[in-house]
Amino acid sequence: MTTDAALRHTPLYEQHVELGAKIVPFAGYSMPVTYEGIREEHSAVRRHAGMFDVSHMGQVEVEGPGALAFLQRVLSNDVSKVAIGGAQYSCLCNEEGGVIDDLFAYRLGGDRFLVVTNAANHEADLAWLGRQSRGFDTLVRDVADRYAMLAVQGPHARDVVSRALGIELPPRFRVSHVQIGRRPALACGTGYTGEDGVELLLDPEVSTPIWAELLDAGVVPCGLGARDTLRLEVCYPLHGNELTPERNPIEAGLGWCCKEETGFIGSEAIAKARAEGTAEKLVAFKIEGQGIPREGNPVMKGDEQVGEVTSGTFSPSLEIGAGMAYVRSELAEVGTELEIDVRGKRRPARIASKPLYAKRS
Amino acid sequence: MADATYPEDLRYHEEHDWARIEGDQATFGITWYAQDSLGEVVFYDPPEVGATIQKDSSYAEVESVKAVSDVIAPLSGEVLEINEALVDAPEKVNEDPYGDGWLVKVRLTSPEESEALLGVEEYRKLLDS
Repeated sequence: MTTDAALRHTPLYEQHVELGAKIVPFAGYSMPVTYEGIREEHSAVRRHAGMFDVSHMGQVEVEGPGALAFLQRVLSNDVSKVAIGGAQYSCLCNEEGGVIDDLFAYRLGGDRFLVVTNAANHEADLAWLGRQSRGFDTLVRDVADRYAMLAVQGPHARDVVSRALGIELPPRFRVSHVQIGRRPALACGTGYTGEDGVELLLDPEVSTPIWAELLDAGVVPCGLGARDTLRLEVCYPLHGNELTPERNPIEAGLGWCCKEETGFIGSEAIAKARAEGTAEKLVAFKIEGQGIPREGNPVMKGDEQVGEVTSGTFSPSLEIGAGMAYVRSELAEVGTELEIDVRGKRRPARIASKPLYAKRS
Repeated sequence: MADATYPEDLRYHEEHDWARIEGDQATFGITWYAQDSLGEVVFYDPPEVGATIQKDSSYAEVESVKAVSDVIAPLSGEVLEINEALVDAPEKVNEDPYGDGWLVKVRLTSPEESEALLGVEEYRKLLDS
């Protein structure tokens, strides 16, 4: 058990306390899980605009003549396809093809990239990247303390941000250099909610007034609770739940971001998994009727356990229990009927197509 | 959500449950503190009518978006009625924890157990400690 004193605070911690947020320990930080209620925050992002303090996430800068070759070696996607100002999702894999972390890489210049890590994996990623960078003409630098990070998400997020902060925002999957609070900052057309929006990497010293400006502009503060329900509805994996160093991207359904021909670390194992298939696959499912599935619940077919829930929740948009689970590949077809053992009660469920929630356009 | 309230006429259990005792019957629910800690209730899994419930043991579950919570029986008894309205509107537990958000009505099998429950002042002290 971590004591409170050992937990780190983001530069916006005082703002969360002032707003009356419920604070929980997460990845070594004291983070807001909700302010006014998860459902309200969830629907603010689906319908309008919400903002998340994600300053706990880590940033690693990779720079030098060998930066591209190095990232091509450690990241699963084809980094050479990323133009300057582009963003790309990748897995960071071990030799066995297991996922050390999943992350976005942003190309800031020809020889300069920024990689955004999951808070819980930041130290491990840094150690891995440092070790693997030997022999490449590149520098790997921990720059997490240089940035506060705000994710502003929702159909109106771009409008509100560009108007409130007076900046032009990059299109989806692009990054641009901007000025926020008269300091250099990065605006990224990325997010983790299934909605349009931006992630802002800004100087921690100006994060408080910027947070206040966005609040004044009507952006709803949202906590980790809504962040989790939003990402789960659109079936974005969470490292530590759907992704682990023991699971490869193929079984997680992330084959699309693996380009084995680039020869990245883990590519041989992943090519084999792709060719031969995997014993289990990650599926999305909906509970039919009552009950809310939770992480760790056994997935049953008759009397036999055929899988395990990796993430489960009440889906605020669908208003039912839903989640993701690894199940035996032969049972992974959409439409397959299964049962989830929710604390001793069998809840009928059906495998659903991903994403669980799709925007009506 | 309303401000913290703890009615005078209820008896409280340290696991943040209340009982409204009327003769040999009682109504149970969770306290303002319990619903506030849990967050918006999205699911109530009640016991069956006729089930026997034991003081200090779990008799039902309430769930918020993020968490499941066992509901502890403040007293022993037999379930006479469950709050069916919560199936469609579990948020009543948050909106009116001592009124429309009640969970079960029971016939008490050991009414003398109520002596072990807390009065409102004692319960408030527990919350402050």
